[in-house]
Amino acid sequence: MKRSDVAALLDEPACSHNRKSKSGCAKPQPGASAGGCAFDGAQIAMLPIADVAHVVHGPIACAGSSWDNRGTRTTGPALYKIGMTTDLTEQDVVMGRSEKRLFHAIGQAIESLQPPAVFVYNTCVPALIGDDLEAVCKAAARHFGVPVVPIDCAGFYGTKNLGNRIGADAMVRHVIGGREPDPLPEVVIADYAARGIRIHDVNLIGEYNIAGEFWHVAPLFDELGLRILCTLSGDSRYHEVQTMHRAEANMMVCSKAMINVARKLEDTYGTPWFEGSFYGISDMSAALRGFARIIGDASLSARTEALIAREEARIGGLLAPWRERLAGKRVLLNTGGVKSWSVVSALQDLGMDVVATATKKSTEEDKARIRELMGPEAKMITDGSARALLDLMADLDADIMIAGGRNLYTALKARLPFLDINQEREFGYAGYQGMVELTRQLALTIESPVWGQVRAPAPWASTERARRRQEALDEDDLILPLDDAPAVAAGEAA
Amino acid sequence: MAEIKKRAKPLSVNPLKTSSTTGAALAFLGIDRAIPMLHGSQGCTAFAKVFFVRHFREPIPLQTTAMDQASTVLGADDNVVQGLETLCRKQRPALIGLPTTGLSETQGADVRRNVREFRAKFPEHDGVVVVPVDTPDYVGCLESGFALAVKGLVEALVPADRSRVGRRPKQVNLLVNASLTPGDLEHLRDLVELFGLRPVIVPDVGDSLDGHLIADDFTPLTFGGTPVAEITTLGEAAHTVVVGRSLAAAADLLGERSGVPDTRFDHLMGLAANDRLVRVLAELSGRAVPPRIDRWRAQLQDAMVDCHFALGFARIAIAADPDLLLAMAAFVSAFGAEVVAAVAPDRVGVLTEVPSDAVHIGDLDTLEDLARAAQAQLIISNSHAADAAARLGVPLLRAGFPQYDLVGGYARQWIGYRGGRQALFDLSNLLLAHHGQQDAIAPYHAVLRAPAPGAGACPPSVPGGGSH
Repeated sequence: MKRSDVAALLDEPACSHNRKSKSGCAKPQPGASAGGCAFDGAQIAMLPIADVAHVVHGPIACAGSSWDNRGTRTTGPALYKIGMTTDLTEQDVVMGRSEKRLFHAIGQAIESLQPPAVFVYNTCVPALIGDDLEAVCKAAARHFGVPVVPIDCAGFYGTKNLGNRIGADAMVRHVIGGREPDPLPEVVIADYAARGIRIHDVNLIGEYNIAGEFWHVAPLFDELGLRILCTLSGDSRYHEVQTMHRAEANMMVCSKAMINVARKLEDTYGTPWFEGSFYGISDMSAALRGFARIIGDASLSARTEALIAREEARIGGLLAPWRERLAGKRVLLNTGGVKSWSVVSALQDLGMDVVATATKKSTEEDKARIRELMGPEAKMITDGSARALLDLMADLDADIMIAGGRNLYTALKARLPFLDINQEREFGYAGYQGMVELTRQLALTIESPVWGQVRAPAPWASTERARRRQEALDEDDLILPLDDAPAVAAGEAA
Repeated sequence: MAEIKKRAKPLSVNPLKTSSTTGAALAFLGIDRAIPMLHGSQGCTAFAKVFFVRHFREPIPLQTTAMDQASTVLGADDNVVQGLETLCRKQRPALIGLPTTGLSETQGADVRRNVREFRAKFPEHDGVVVVPVDTPDYVGCLESGFALAVKGLVEALVPADRSRVGRRPKQVNLLVNASLTPGDLEHLRDLVELFGLRPVIVPDVGDSLDGHLIADDFTPLTFGGTPVAEITTLGEAAHTVVVGRSLAAAADLLGERSGVPDTRFDHLMGLAANDRLVRVLAELSGRAVPPRIDRWRAQLQDAMVDCHFALGFARIAIAADPDLLLAMAAFVSAFGAEVVAAVAPDRVGVLTEVPSDAVHIGDLDTLEDLARAAQAQLIISNSHAADAAARLGVPLLRAGFPQYDLVGGYARQWIGYRGGRQALFDLSNLLLAHHGQQDAIAPYHAVLRAPAPGAGACPPSVPGGGSH
């Protein structure tokens, strides 16, 4: 990928970060960086497309440590769970055999798995030695008669967020618009018509069906007569992505990662879009209202309001006993972008007190919403390091940390309750019903009887020693008392 | 013994291999107050970190030189120097491991030169040991990268001085490969101490990644592991025990530099290997074997007798890094089981000694095909093999990296008499629980058999109609 292409992807007019310098996010600092690469971001964003063969072109590290670690669920095909990589060897790299290997690898994937399409993810080494990904994919598509989509996402191009956009951009350029949606079966149309419901086609962009959580929400779309042409990318299929251009409305779910898809669909096909979230009662209701508003069907609006009233009442009843237990508990929330406010509202729905939230990846707009939700005193976390988070937990007397899997063991090692809110989690929190699971998991960790036990010092230890580890060991103490022991070699390998 | 069948397919499907870079990082995680910094893009580190976090269920200190587009094209020397300086200044580690990646190696990195530049520029950090190691991920696997890092530790820290052998007459060095779990290493330490000897384990993930809460709520470095100062004393030990053929080069270097004699083991699983280890320790210490070791040995023998019915002729499929593959294959073969499918991710000499007709260089897809063809009854591999095992309808005994779908896999003890006994029990139980599904005799309904009074002429179809 050329630098100009990367720059073009970073220049996202619909993103409110766009005013700042075009480095993507801040330049990573050697020795003090965390987070994934562009390949990571592209793969994470596209892998949930369940029937595609996802081939990672590179040596083993890229796929070897990352395949089959996505918590997304499918209703049918599960090719995304099969790890595929060209696993380049030294010979491939040195002798320039990697393009040939890729070509035959695509052939093997097609012959053994019969996927409707193959996605090829480029990585650092082939990008550096100059493999022509587009040409190989084109040749393979012609030769094998199956679409082969190049996703040029070498890790060194930039951050995970850039990778999200690269993946999404490949969909816009190579996949979307490739096919018209199938007409609905007559019986279905007749059935909905009999109930006075006109069916509208919509897309969800940036919904990943983590732990199957969208299945809490999907029945409501059916009920309202909203046909989801495609979810990019949770539980989706290649042929669904092809039809995304035909939606009447798009919803950007809970993340700006793939905002370029929404904008380009608007530019090219005039599809209106809005941003929303399925987390929390008020946001869930707002999301449904968003569709009704954009589509502008009076009957849909009326039915949406009725559905919201019914669901909110139902869930209100289910949550009442939990609310009592969780009310007033203090939460430190460390998550990115839209979730920095969308989860806030979910927690406030439960009567919890969000005492701090992260704003590192949030836009000015996100921050304004946070202030609106949490009040002007809202503590915004700018330093997301483990040390800073733990200090903040103590300063704010927080009861629980809610964050991504990255912080899980930070909290647990410090003997603090924790809830995983990001993509690796095993529980679904979306939709009205997801709130019940969310409260259950919150109560499970906050009220767990283990905390008292793991914080208690051993009966034979003095309290002072239990609280703080002894002074860091002096290296001299570690050497056995041999008077002529050699000094610690300070050097490195010759 | 085994014929090596090389990789036959262009595409690796359900990879078995983990990168050598990741393996090198693991070895450095076994050093006290250390942190590995991978020389590559941020993703190289992020993936390795998630990999270990999921396996050990621990926070994993791991940093990156964060190569971006500019430094990839124009040179990343500054990234290494700057990264080392930042780590030294902010975290004050005892040791920084510096493995390269496919990206930096392809670009032409020379990390040794970078370290020299760092030394010249920042003499105030001379106290921090830096160990560079060349581990592009297009060469080798986790085990070989781990071994290279161990060799790098010896190279960086053990002085070339053959005059000091035995200055610490009680000290036994234990050079251990990537197959040994924290549970294994704890046992090894206890065993050596039972003989009144002083073990120095390199590297000791048994002390750093055993999963224990510490008084501090947070540390950016490893908490536990081999102290750097201990590694500098390897040349003063009476003896070195080496576990795993992958460490041959590291052991050769240690022997060459220090003159400390060594005893090498391919693995420490099963009766024979442990008999040999205990005898070595008894000779070194000049002590009689403590009675409780005799009891453990007798317990293992008893289990072998009890379990030989379940394990005899059992058809086992194994996919693992070479040393672990050899260990597991030798272990189950010693009880009469047959290794009907053996797959390794990387070709090395030791594979010819695996007790099986052939060892295939391949992936878990290869394993699945071979296991199906050979009607394997049980699979030994990492957690990624769970789907293959489910499709084959056979049980999986999880071993190696990664194990993310069970709690405590990292803590399991495989070695020693007691570790072997428990593995024997588990293998037998898995086979017994699945016995009915594969080997049960199909019921035969005799045509001439009298139907129950009142029933029709058809053979009985009610449950419990069998003859037992």
